[in-house]
Amino acid sequence: MSNEDNLIVDAATRIFQDMSEPGVINAAEAGEWPTDLWNTLEESGLTLAWGDEALGGAGVDMLDGFALLKTAGRFSVPAPMADTLLAAWMLSHAKLQMPTGPMTIAPTQAEARIAISADGVLTGTARHIPFGRNADHIAVLARDGDKAVVALVKRADCAIRENINLAGEPADEVSFDGAKAIATASAPDGLDEAALVAMGAAVRSMQMAGGLEKILDQSVQYSLERSQFGRPIGKFQAVQHGLAELAGEAAAAGAAADAAAEAVSRKGGLGTGALAEIAAAKTRVGEAATRGAAIAHQTHGAMGFTYEHSLHHATRRLWAWRDEFGNESHWAIMLGRMVAARGADELWPFVTGD
Amino acid sequence: MSSNAFRFPDVEFTPELKALQQEVRDFLAAEKASGGFVPVADGWGFGVDLEFSRKLGQKGWLGMTWPKQYGGHERSSMERYVVTEELLAAGAPVSAHWVADRQSGPMILKNGTEEQKKTILPRIAAGECHFAIGMSEPGSGSDLASLRTTATKVDGGYKINGTKIWSSGAHFCHYMIATVRTGGTRDEKNRHEGLSQFLIDLSIPGIEIRSIKNMAGDEHFNETHFTDAFVPDDCLLGEEGDGWHQVTSELGLERSGPERFLSSAIVLTEAARKIGNEPDDREALMLGQSVARLKSLRRMSLGVSGLLQEGGSPTVEAALVKDIGTRYESTLLNDIRQVQPTEPLGQSTDDFARTMAEGLLRVPSSTIRGGTNEVLRGIVARQLGLR
Repeated sequence: MSNEDNLIVDAATRIFQDMSEPGVINAAEAGEWPTDLWNTLEESGLTLAWGDEALGGAGVDMLDGFALLKTAGRFSVPAPMADTLLAAWMLSHAKLQMPTGPMTIAPTQAEARIAISADGVLTGTARHIPFGRNADHIAVLARDGDKAVVALVKRADCAIRENINLAGEPADEVSFDGAKAIATASAPDGLDEAALVAMGAAVRSMQMAGGLEKILDQSVQYSLERSQFGRPIGKFQAVQHGLAELAGEAAAAGAAADAAAEAVSRKGGLGTGALAEIAAAKTRVGEAATRGAAIAHQTHGAMGFTYEHSLHHATRRLWAWRDEFGNESHWAIMLGRMVAARGADELWPFVTGD
Repeated sequence: MSSNAFRFPDVEFTPELKALQQEVRDFLAAEKASGGFVPVADGWGFGVDLEFSRKLGQKGWLGMTWPKQYGGHERSSMERYVVTEELLAAGAPVSAHWVADRQSGPMILKNGTEEQKKTILPRIAAGECHFAIGMSEPGSGSDLASLRTTATKVDGGYKINGTKIWSSGAHFCHYMIATVRTGGTRDEKNRHEGLSQFLIDLSIPGIEIRSIKNMAGDEHFNETHFTDAFVPDDCLLGEEGDGWHQVTSELGLERSGPERFLSSAIVLTEAARKIGNEPDDREALMLGQSVARLKSLRRMSLGVSGLLQEGGSPTVEAALVKDIGTRYESTLLNDIRQVQPTEPLGQSTDDFARTMAEGLLRVPSSTIRGGTNEVLRGIVARQLGLR
């Protein structure tokens, strides 16, 4: 997947450059909603990229949506861009009309269950809902008995207990008890909590790939600006080798995230077809985030440990996102079980995607 | 906006490539079943089997991309990629022809005379003519341009003097492409000038090949001594004085392939066989992490191949993949050991115990051969604008 010559990425980049700058990100962490940023994104149609056009979405190609998310990851966009895309994807699969405004999804763990009655009243609590407090609507994967239902719920009808992730992004507990959905539809085959979490993992992998590109650029630039012992620290071989390794981790993460995005795009994100690629991506990108962020901080020295420097915008998101929608070992174990189930002689064909 | 991030093109696997992949898999399964080969760790580096190399030549899987007039098969570099990665994944003994097929042949094709191409390339493609690398010397490893071997112009040719070291397989190889000094000096400023490459028949007088046994017990390395070894003028490969440029592109070929992360793939496969279909969490974690790393490496490696196919010269991308790939290789066996205990036995008929033993003793070479990881990171750092 290429980021070049992509009109959507170009448009998003222009918006993010102007409106997702460090001051806006810090203000968002302090609780200030980035009104200009969000309104501009919404007017451009980018927030509903994955929404079906017939349902009020922007009908953007899945891969272009992923490219958009990588760009958002680069800029540490402090708004529920990814989460609104995920909600729109979910609503499209259920053939529900898109509302405007910020959205998020629930649940975010495969084992979580939210119940819904035949008349659309929900019961249950979901933890770690990204940007829960900021969303106008929540797209919920709920259960009417065994039957999976997609329900669109107004956030105002839910009780929010605020929390934050490592990056200071809202990661709220949402109680749905007594909330009545404003729209519901049966979930299509293959769309269940596990599939939703897998899609979330593919999305976070792509955001992380963008974040890794960002900290590579920041680190290279800083190493050429900061002088010690009479020369830029980037001229020291030890620093160069660290940055070369960071470049490798960023490239590997990009490759893994792209592979997952392509698999999802081919299969709509449902079913087991994309699962291997998603599991591999979340595993590998999570590893890259850990190693890459460590190198970036080592390169930046004490300066990168300050709040004033913007390095932490990306590194703290990398640390938060690697744990969201299943961490590296969660997905590696799932992947390993898939490999073992196929048997030793199928290990290599599994690697080649056959 | 510009970014320092490296990009690798996405490579689509066509039905033709899939069919070729299946053909190679079927061939390897049949060969393995009939005892045609026994899986070996690091088979591209150390698994010498002259008969197996000949068989691959007969299949048309050597010199695949070269013109038919030189014994090649005019297939794409992606097709060659598919064949090589299958051979590597199966632990096939492909070391004898590896250097000739990967770099010496392409160097001759690119820089050689018509006569050199006509006489040598068809034999390489047939799996009957093997090459040793003639770069390193006792005093020149990573600092290749400091090499001392000389070729002195004499009537009708050159006299070669000096010593090439490592020169894997030189004891059975027919030729060496040697990079030597024909002029210039070894001082800091001009060392890249005055180097030239020669195509040297290893059977001529004045060449003495001494084996250097490696720590794994393999008779693999050699020291190749040249004492007034006379080579006629037509043994010059390419332009006199263009050796540095040529050897740099030769290293690009040497570094760009999937062997840089598939040397121990067979050990992972055999470990999976021991683990079985129902792994515990630790076993599943190891399998999943290893496969995740392999998949991303393969995707990048395919991207390098795609860049080659487009006619590019992805030197930096290849260095990057080799750095990550060999680091993966050097941790893989230990990761396996932790969850699938074994006492590695060099002569075991158990494929896991034996390939583990082979792999453990050979893997230290992964991060050294073809350019140390330190050198590779220097190449990446230069691309990042740090040098």
